[in-house]
Amino acid sequence: MSTRLFGEPVRRREDRRLLTGQGRYVDDLGPDALAAAFVRSPHAHARIRDIDVSAALDVEGLVAVYTWEDLPDRVGRPLPLLIPHPALTHGRTAYPLARDVVRHVGEPVVMVVAADRYLAEDACALIHVDYEPLKPVVGLEEAAHGARLVHDDVPGNVGARLLQEVPGHDGRSARKAIEEAPHTLAFRLDIERSASMPLEGRGVHARWDGTDLRVHSSTQTSTSVRMAVAAALGLPLPHVEVIAPDVGGGFGVKIVHPWPEEILVPWAAMTLGREVKWTEDRREHFISSAHERAQVQYVRVGFDDDGRVLGLDVTILHDHGAYTPYGIIVPIITSTQLLGPYKIGAYRVEFSSIYTNTVQVTPYRGAGRPQGVFCMERTMDKIARHLGKDRTEVRRANFIEPDEFPYDQGMIFQDGRPLIYDSGDYPRMLAMLKELIGWDAFERRPGRGIGVGCYVEGTGVGPYEGGHVQVTSDGRVHVSTGLTSQGQGHETAFAQIAATELGVPIERISVVTGDTRRFGYAVGTFASRAAVVSGNAIALACRKVRAKALRIAADALEADPADLEITDGTVHVVGTPSASIPLATVAVLANPLRYAFDEEAARATQFAGASSPDRPPVAEGDEPGLEGRDYYSPIRSTFAAGMHAAIVETDPLTAEVRVVRYAVIHDCGRLVNPMIVEGQIHGGVAQGVGGALYERMVYDGDGQLLNASFMDFLMPYATEIPRIETGHLETPSPLNPLGVKGAGEAGVIPVSAVIASAVEDAEGFPVDRMPISPSELFDLRRRHAGD
Amino acid sequence: MEHEITLVVNGTARRARVPGRRLLSDCLRHDLGLTGTHVGCEHGVCGCCTVLLDGEPVRSCLTLAVTVDGREITTVEGLAGPEGLSPVQRAFEECHALQCGFCTPGFLCTVTALLRDNPAPAEDEVLEGISGNLCRCTGYQNIVKAVHRAAELLAEERQPSTGEAP
Amino acid sequence: MKPPPFTYHAPRDLREALDLLAEVDGKVLAGGQSLIPLLNMRLAAPAHVVDVNRLPGLSGIEAGPGGVTVGALARQAEVARAGVHPLLGQALRLVAHPVIRNRGTVVGSLVHADPAAELPAVLAVLGGSVRLARRAPGGSSGPAAGRGGSPSPGAVPGGSPGPVVREVAADAFFAGPLESAAEPGELAVSAFFPALPPRSGSAFEELARRHGDYALAGVCAVVTLDEDLHVAAARVACVGVGPVPVVADVSEACGRRPAATVPWEAVVAAVRRAVEPEDDIHASAAYRLHLVGVLAERALREAAARAAAPP
Repeated sequence: MSTRLFGEPVRRREDRRLLTGQGRYVDDLGPDALAAAFVRSPHAHARIRDIDVSAALDVEGLVAVYTWEDLPDRVGRPLPLLIPHPALTHGRTAYPLARDVVRHVGEPVVMVVAADRYLAEDACALIHVDYEPLKPVVGLEEAAHGARLVHDDVPGNVGARLLQEVPGHDGRSARKAIEEAPHTLAFRLDIERSASMPLEGRGVHARWDGTDLRVHSSTQTSTSVRMAVAAALGLPLPHVEVIAPDVGGGFGVKIVHPWPEEILVPWAAMTLGREVKWTEDRREHFISSAHERAQVQYVRVGFDDDGRVLGLDVTILHDHGAYTPYGIIVPIITSTQLLGPYKIGAYRVEFSSIYTNTVQVTPYRGAGRPQGVFCMERTMDKIARHLGKDRTEVRRANFIEPDEFPYDQGMIFQDGRPLIYDSGDYPRMLAMLKELIGWDAFERRPGRGIGVGCYVEGTGVGPYEGGHVQVTSDGRVHVSTGLTSQGQGHETAFAQIAATELGVPIERISVVTGDTRRFGYAVGTFASRAAVVSGNAIALACRKVRAKALRIAADALEADPADLEITDGTVHVVGTPSASIPLATVAVLANPLRYAFDEEAARATQFAGASSPDRPPVAEGDEPGLEGRDYYSPIRSTFAAGMHAAIVETDPLTAEVRVVRYAVIHDCGRLVNPMIVEGQIHGGVAQGVGGALYERMVYDGDGQLLNASFMDFLMPYATEIPRIETGHLETPSPLNPLGVKGAGEAGVIPVSAVIASAVEDAEGFPVDRMPISPSELFDLRRRHAGD
Repeated sequence: MEHEITLVVNGTARRARVPGRRLLSDCLRHDLGLTGTHVGCEHGVCGCCTVLLDGEPVRSCLTLAVTVDGREITTVEGLAGPEGLSPVQRAFEECHALQCGFCTPGFLCTVTALLRDNPAPAEDEVLEGISGNLCRCTGYQNIVKAVHRAAELLAEERQPSTGEAP
Repeated sequence: MKPPPFTYHAPRDLREALDLLAEVDGKVLAGGQSLIPLLNMRLAAPAHVVDVNRLPGLSGIEAGPGGVTVGALARQAEVARAGVHPLLGQALRLVAHPVIRNRGTVVGSLVHADPAAELPAVLAVLGGSVRLARRAPGGSSGPAAGRGGSPSPGAVPGGSPGPVVREVAADAFFAGPLESAAEPGELAVSAFFPALPPRSGSAFEELARRHGDYALAGVCAVVTLDEDLHVAAARVACVGVGPVPVVADVSEACGRRPAATVPWEAVVAAVRRAVEPEDDIHASAAYRLHLVGVLAERALREAAARAAAPP
C-alpha cells in the first residue's frame, strides 16, 4: 500500500472508539472519585460579609467544605495573569475562591466535596453566604464612563489601552490622510457576546498517591496546566502529570488555565487523600467559564474615487468582563487582523479594554478576528455603496498583489512579532469565490441579497511545539506531541505526516497528544496552530529517525545510505528490492542489548555480532533506540486566508433571515487531510452563522445572564445551518517544511460580516450591529421606513 | 431512600440501587459504568444523552432511572453488532460526521431509530429527525450526509446478497 | 444540575395515586419533559414526586364523533401517530423535537400551562376541557404516603367512594403563566379535544427562533364555512402573546363571505387588539404584535382553504 498519505482524505482513526462509546472523557474516569461542586455568586457585584456552612454539615455523604480562608497561601493567591503586556497596566485576575468581593454572577465562593454530585449540590444549597450587594457595572459604554468601578483600584475600568499607528507611504498619519481624502465616512459598529460553548464542559479529575499527582483535565493545554498546578501546589514538576483525555470540544475556552477548579480539585485530592472529580454542568459553563466577541467600534475612513483606502482610524471598546487572565490577546488580534487582505494607506487603531461585572472574556474560535473582519468588511461595503461601485471591485482595488509577498503590515502581531504575511493570492481567491457563488449573475430583488467577506488569519503562532517518534522492535511507530486535541483529528493528521515521512503503513503508527507523561514540552492547541507547529515538529522528528534508520540499515546492508529508501516499513536499496531490512529489525539493531527478551531481540545482543568490536556499541554522539525528538519553532506566524459569500432571503412580513447559499474559498497552504479541513470549515461556518443570527449573551442591568441555558442561548441545530459549498486554493507557506498554514478557526471568522453584507443588500439599509434577530430586523425596517 | 431496579441494557439485565432522583443518564454512566452516553446540558436540549427506551429515542437526562425499571434500554455501546459497526456507525465514520465525538452517541441512537421507522428519509425528514441534537463541531453537513449514507448501507443489507451493487 | 432530594412514589392504580396526592405535597411526574428540567435546575424542589407512569388505563386515545379523549399517559408522539384530530396533528409537529415527543404527554403539557406552548392553545381554540380527579372527601385509603414504590395495602378497600372528578373547560383551566386550574391533590386524567364541526378546517402557524423552540408567537385557527362556503365561524388562539392562550373569535370581523373576500386587515386588527405581548430577550412586544397578525392571517387563510377542500 501507499504510504504517501499527506494530502489524502484518510478516514479518522479516532472514530472507532468515539462511535462505540469507548471514548474516554474526564467524567468517564474515576468512577469512585469524590465529587466537587461550588457555591457560586448569585450577584454580579457584592462584598462577602459572612459564609455560614453549618447547615450543610449534616448532609449525608459530605466530605469537605472549603472557603477562601481555608486555602493555604500558594493555593489562595490570585490566579496567574497568563499573558502580560506593557499596555495591560491594570491586569486583574480572580482568586480561586472569592476572597472578599465577587465581580460576576457565577464566581466561585465555596467548594464542596461529597460522595457524589447530587449530595455535593445538596450541601451547596444549604450554605448561606451573606452578601452586601454593590451596584454592578454592566454594558460597555456605561463601564467606559467609569462612574462605578469593577475593581476599586482600576480607574475608569480601563485595564489596557493600546494605540498602534502605521503611517502611509507618504508619511502621513491616518488622521491626516482621512482629512485630506476625497471621500470620508464615519460610523459605529457593534458586536455582541457569544461563547465557545463546547458540548462537553470543563472537568478535572485528580489522584494523589502520596508522592505523585495525576490530573486529567478537559483542557487545550496539558503542559501549561501541569506547570501551573505544580507552582500553585508547590510540587516538583516531575511529580505532576496532566493528561487531556478525549475532550468534547474546546473552541478556545479550554485554553484558559489554570481554572480555579484545576487548582482546587488537585489540592482537595491531596488534602483528602482521595480521588476528586469536578464535572462542570451547563449552567456553570455559562456563568463561570468565559465569553467573547463583545466590542463597540468607532470607524473613520478616507478613500479615493476607486475606493482605495487612504486612511483608516478605528477606536475600539473591548469588553473583557471582570478579569483579564488571558491578557489583551483578543483586542490585539482584532486591531491587527482587521487589515485583512488589504493594503491600507495609513492606519490608526486604539483599543480600550474595559472591565464589566460579567463573565471574563478570553479567546473563542476566531479570537477577535470576527470583530476585526466585521469592521473592515463593513467599511468596504460602505465605501462601495458610497461610490456606487460593486463591492468586490472595491475589495479588489485594495488587495495586496500576489507579487508583493512577503508583505509587511508594519504592526506587531499577537505573538510579539512583526505582522508580515508569508504568502497568498487574494485576487485569484476572489475570482474563484465570484465564480462559485455566481456573483456577477446574481439577480437582486427586495428580500434577496448577496454578501461577501474576506479575511486573513495569522495561524500557527509559536513559540514552539515538539514531536517524539519512536520505532519499536515490532516495527510499530509511536508518535507523541504535547499539544492537545479536541476533535480536530490530530491522531489521524499526524499519523499521515509520520507515514509519509517514514514510509511506514499508517496502521502501524499510533499518536498520543496532550499527555505530559509522553511529552512534556508544549504550548497548547489554539490559533489554528496544531498542523503548523506540531505537524512540522513531528515531520522533523521523523526525518531524524529516518536518517538514523538509513544509517543503521546501510551498515547492515553494506550499502550507501543515499541509495536507501523506506517503503511499507522496509528499508531497501533503490533498484534492488532483495537487499532490504525491515524497520523492525533496524529498531532492534539500534538498541545494543545484553539481554534478549525475544527472538528478534537476540539479534542485538553482544555475541550476535551486530556491532563492530572496535567501536563502542553506542557510538559517540549517538543514542540507543530508533527514536527521535525535534521541535519546530516558527520565526513568525503563517497567514491563511479565505473569502466567503452568502445569498440570503429575508421574509417581507416576519423578517426572518434565511441563508439560501453559502460559499467558501479557503487557503490554508498545503492540506494534510482535505476531509478534516473541510470538516473544520463546516463547523466554523456553523458557529459563525450562530454568531450572526442566533447566539448572544444577554445581561440585564443587574448583571444577571438572562439566557444561561440551551433553551435561550440559541446554538443552531441542523435545521438552522445552510449547506456550505467549498473550494480550496493552496499557496504553500514558505516558512515551514510542510508548507502548511492551519485551518481550525478559519470558517467562523467572516460569517457575521458576510451575512450583514447580504442582509444589507436585501434590505437596502445599513446593518451595523450583529447578531441580528427577526425582531431586530423588523425594528430596523420600521426605523428606516420612517426616514 | 433507595430503590432496587432492573434495567435491560443492551440485552443484559442489570440491577442497580438508586435514589428516586437518580437520572437515567447518571444511572447508566455511574451506576452501570456505561459512559458512552454523554451529558451535555441536563435540561433536555442538546440531545447528547439520547438513548433508546424500548426502541424509542428519549432523553436520559429527562428520565428518572426508577421510572423505567424493568424496561429495555439501548445505549451507544449496544449499537454495534457481532460483525462490527452498525451501518449508521459506519456511515458516520465514512462521511466524517463526527469531530470531538461528544454529541455522537446521541446522534447515533436518534438516527438508528429514525432509519428504522423511515428507511429512506427525504432531506427535510432527515433534518427534522436530527433537529433535537446539537453538534458544535461539524456544522451538521456531514451528519446529514451520513444519515443518507446509512440509509443506503441499510438498504444494501436488506437486499439479498447478490454480490452486485443495487 | 441534579434534582434535589424527594420521596419518590410509583402508585400502581389511580386510587393509590389520588390517595398519595391527597396526603403529600407532591408533584405529578408523567412524561417529565417539563418537570425534570425544573428539577435538574433546582427551580422546583417538591418533597414528593408521584410518578403516574405505572397507572393502568391512562394511555388511551379515544376518538368519538364528538371529539377525542387523550389519557394522561398518552405520549405526544403516539397522539400524533394516531391521527385522531387534524389540529392536534398540526400542533404536535411543532412541539419541541421528535425525541421529546416520545416521552412528553399531551395532558402534561396542558397542566404545565406554558403560555408559549402549542397544546394549550389547541385546547383553548377548540373549547376543550381537562378532567381532574381527586380522592373523595373521607375516602382515605390508609397509609399510602411515604411508601415509595410499594403498592398501598389499604388502597382498594371494598365499598369506599370512587374519586371525585371535575371537568374544567379550557377557558377556566389556564389560569396564568405556568398555572393551571389543577389544585393540590388533583390529577389530570385526560383531556377532551372537541372534533371540528363539518365544513371546518384548522391550521397552526408559528415562528420560533430555532426549529422546535418555543414560538415567539403562534396562532392556531379553526374556520367553519357554511353551505355557500362563506365563513360562518372563525376562531383563533394565540400563543406567546399573553399570560395564557389568547382566544379571539373573529367570525364577525370575517363577515359572512368567501375566504377570498374576507377583509383580512380588519381581522388581523381584531386579533392584535386581543393580545398583550411583552418584550423578552428574543423579541420586542411590537414585533410580537406584528407577528401575531401575520401568523393569524396565514393560519386563518390556511384553515379556510382546508375547510373548503376537506382531505
